[in-house]
Amino acid sequence: MGHLENINFFKAAKGFKSWLITVDHKRIGIMYLLFIVAAFTLGGLAAGIMRIELLSPDKVLLTAKQYNQFFTLHGAIMVFLFIIPSIPAALGNFFLPLQIGAKDVAFPKLNLASLYIYVFGALFCVYSMWHGAVDTGWTFYTPYSTTTDTSVISMTLGAFILGFSSILTGMNFIVTVHKMRAPGMTWFRMPLFVWSLYATSILQVLATPVLAITLLLLIVEKTMGIGIFDPAIGGDPVLFQHFFWFYSHPAVYIMILPAMGIMSELFTTFTKKNIFGYKAIAYSSIAIALVSFLVWGHHMFLSGQSDLASTIFSALTFIVAIPSAIKVFNWISTMYKGSIDLKTPFLYGLSFLFLFSVGGFTGIVLGTLSLDVHMHDTYYVVAHFHYVMMGGTVMGFLGGLHYWWPKMFGKMYNEFWAKIACALIFVGFNMVFFTQFILGSKGMPRRYYSYLDQFQPLHQFSTSGTWVMGLGFIIVFIYLINSLFRKEEVSNSPWGGITLEWQTTSPPPVYNFIETPIVDNDPYDFEKVKI
Amino acid sequence: MSTKNNSLVSSGDIWFPEPLSTLAKDIDYLYYVTMWGSVIIFLGMFLISIYFLLKYRRTKSNLVAQKQVIENHKLEIAWTVIPLILVMILFVWGFKDYLRLRIPPEDTLKINVTGAKWFWSFEYPKNNIKTLNQVYVPVNQSIEFKMISKDVLHNLFIPNLRIKRDVIPNSYSGLWFKAEKVGRYQIFCTEYCGDKHSEMLADLIVLSEEDYEEWLNSANESEDIPLEDLGKKLYTAKACNGCHSLDGSNMVGPTWKGLFGKIRNFTDGTSVKSDENYIRESIVYPQKKLVKGYQNVMPSYAGLLSDREIDGIIEYIKTLK
Ligand code: HEC
Ligand SMILES: [Cu+2]
Ligand SMILES: [Cu+2]
Repeated sequence: MGHLENINFFKAAKGFKSWLITVDHKRIGIMYLLFIVAAFTLGGLAAGIMRIELLSPDKVLLTAKQYNQFFTLHGAIMVFLFIIPSIPAALGNFFLPLQIGAKDVAFPKLNLASLYIYVFGALFCVYSMWHGAVDTGWTFYTPYSTTTDTSVISMTLGAFILGFSSILTGMNFIVTVHKMRAPGMTWFRMPLFVWSLYATSILQVLATPVLAITLLLLIVEKTMGIGIFDPAIGGDPVLFQHFFWFYSHPAVYIMILPAMGIMSELFTTFTKKNIFGYKAIAYSSIAIALVSFLVWGHHMFLSGQSDLASTIFSALTFIVAIPSAIKVFNWISTMYKGSIDLKTPFLYGLSFLFLFSVGGFTGIVLGTLSLDVHMHDTYYVVAHFHYVMMGGTVMGFLGGLHYWWPKMFGKMYNEFWAKIACALIFVGFNMVFFTQFILGSKGMPRRYYSYLDQFQPLHQFSTSGTWVMGLGFIIVFIYLINSLFRKEEVSNSPWGGITLEWQTTSPPPVYNFIETPIVDNDPYDFEKVKI
Repeated sequence: MSTKNNSLVSSGDIWFPEPLSTLAKDIDYLYYVTMWGSVIIFLGMFLISIYFLLKYRRTKSNLVAQKQVIENHKLEIAWTVIPLILVMILFVWGFKDYLRLRIPPEDTLKINVTGAKWFWSFEYPKNNIKTLNQVYVPVNQSIEFKMISKDVLHNLFIPNLRIKRDVIPNSYSGLWFKAEKVGRYQIFCTEYCGDKHSEMLADLIVLSEEDYEEWLNSANESEDIPLEDLGKKLYTAKACNGCHSLDGSNMVGPTWKGLFGKIRNFTDGTSVKSDENYIRESIVYPQKKLVKGYQNVMPSYAGLLSDREIDGIIEYIKTLK
């Protein structure tokens, strides 16, 4: 296939089938991107409908039962189908090999298998939720989930199939990072996005099996009647929460770490600066990954776990906040004496910086034992994790998408509209979720179909923000699609980025680089590398 | 639902509802310390960023970075250690208040709480009184709830007191408080429990010493008042009025008007003439026979109403022609 070397990976093979059986990590990444955007749209629509329902404490569109199904659908889709795979599987797949100067991931066929498993798991989840009318919330707490119907098993199974896909991707990435780096690419010459994916992969491989154990226990309980979680037969419902959060808390970092990696890329390229504190950032990713296994109990301060346990979990929660704070300070410092270009990807980077910080500060409130008692299970928590997950991960994802779009497709989008959309999303987001901090501390519980009249103005304002944000996303969708039909091709490095992916053509050739790159510099050494 | 009670007492404060105890005020204080501390740090970060963005904008004269600064050990140690100290202060402070929240004083008035889909029942073990969705307590007296769930997880939340705790099947959980002001305050369920999670509301009614004594006496009266009057009282006291009307209109449940002696048709196709046994069964095992056109939402009152009280309701329904 020697003659393929110069042809970009889109043109290298044609037809639908060439995509179905491809083992090219770039094509797999793009297919992931499609599914992930579809999941985000579905989850977003569910949220939009919920917010419309909340315009009034009385019925607007949905019955209570339907509302409960919608928030379950929204949560489960966003967490399992969108956020967890979003950055690693779509952008990570595409850029991890490029950034370390490899031709592909270590196991290309396994990579394709993960994609198929993901799609299967996603369909399975959505089908079983819709068909089983699951209304347990994405947390599936027992005994509610086991006494209402059996769909908790199919849902956990769905989550596990999806988890299996991310275990495989995680293993693939770990081996790729260990074995496939270009000559001269030492560990500390790897871009920080690679470090963050590496830390994420470790988490995925270690934490996801716990889901499988939970599933097994649920099945044993259902089929053999051995009391494990169901109090009616002698089980302990709180045990389920331990299992659930033992997986799902590390999962929170599976969701945020890759976005932090993107932040490091954005804050170097758009300032033309070497990153401030490379090692601190790299090590803090690993530190976060490890400590995150020890804080699950902070979701359970009020659940009847012992006060001693709550105290220890509270202390550890504060400690896990420190590496994140360090990263934020490092990104800000990277701007010092730089040459800052306020292009759209960087605007998303700045959005992440501020929104994620708000998420972090309110996380401190929730980690404080006495304050959590009041805030727990209110809208304050809802607002907090949306500031982290949406203000953090989604902003990071959008930043990465805009940053790498010209590399992936060889076309540039309209910068003007991109800025408008970014502003709408930022403003809309704060309208929706900042309001919810106030709702929560005033005492509005979460997962409420109806509410006291006094909360209505705040709820209505929050809902109106979703329309601003929705408009922003529609604009993003339009100009991105539109860009694909543009004539002009983009250069190798439209933003002046210097990591390896910017040293090949846009879009890259099938095997990424015409010649294997040889690395003899730090990833962000703007003095040495000139492009 | 038009009968939505709304007794969450707010104050002028934009963040919190009115604090009802000293402990609640202390918790608010810690919140404000945390919040203003965060605001100051956030503004610092924000202003520095804005300053950098303006000062180091890419212009014709600033096409490359002026200087590649990649580390500053003093600064890095400072921004690791200072936040660590700050959060540890918060941790200890929060922990101390948490202990106050968790450890009740010696002489508390004990009330047993049962959460069930979707109502709260309160039992005063000393006085042999049971109430539904309303709990009466004397002001300035430490109260201790011993809570348990009949079915799934619930959580009892009183925003004005800044307290909440999960209510778990098969295992007791405790909650204590001391309300320092007379009034009616909102209780929420804050652990998702199904269709009517958001309707699982109750009221905390804080009475003065004398009013509380008076309430205790009147609540005990049910022993001697005539059955019919007892039934009438229970209709509102036990919250049957949330779902059943007396005027012939149908709400969540069928009206009680003309119920006695009427032919009842059920979802399974059977029917029966409504008599005393049927009404009793409807109260104790409501899910056994479902009236056509209605959902299976009525909770079972088994164990929550005494035989005499059930008789009272039956007699009362008989009078509703
Ligand atoms: C959450 C709403 C709800 C509450 C509260 C409620 N009920 Fe019901 N009730 C229903 C519904 C719905 C039905 C019809 C379906 C059924 O048969 O279970 C019903 C049926 C009945 C019937 C049979 C009526 C008929 O038309 O055949 C009786 C008697 C009754 N309830 C008594 C009570 C009493 C007494 C209380 C208070 C102690 C009460 N209910 C509280 C919802 C409620
Ligand atoms: Cu967590
Ligand atoms: Cu509830």
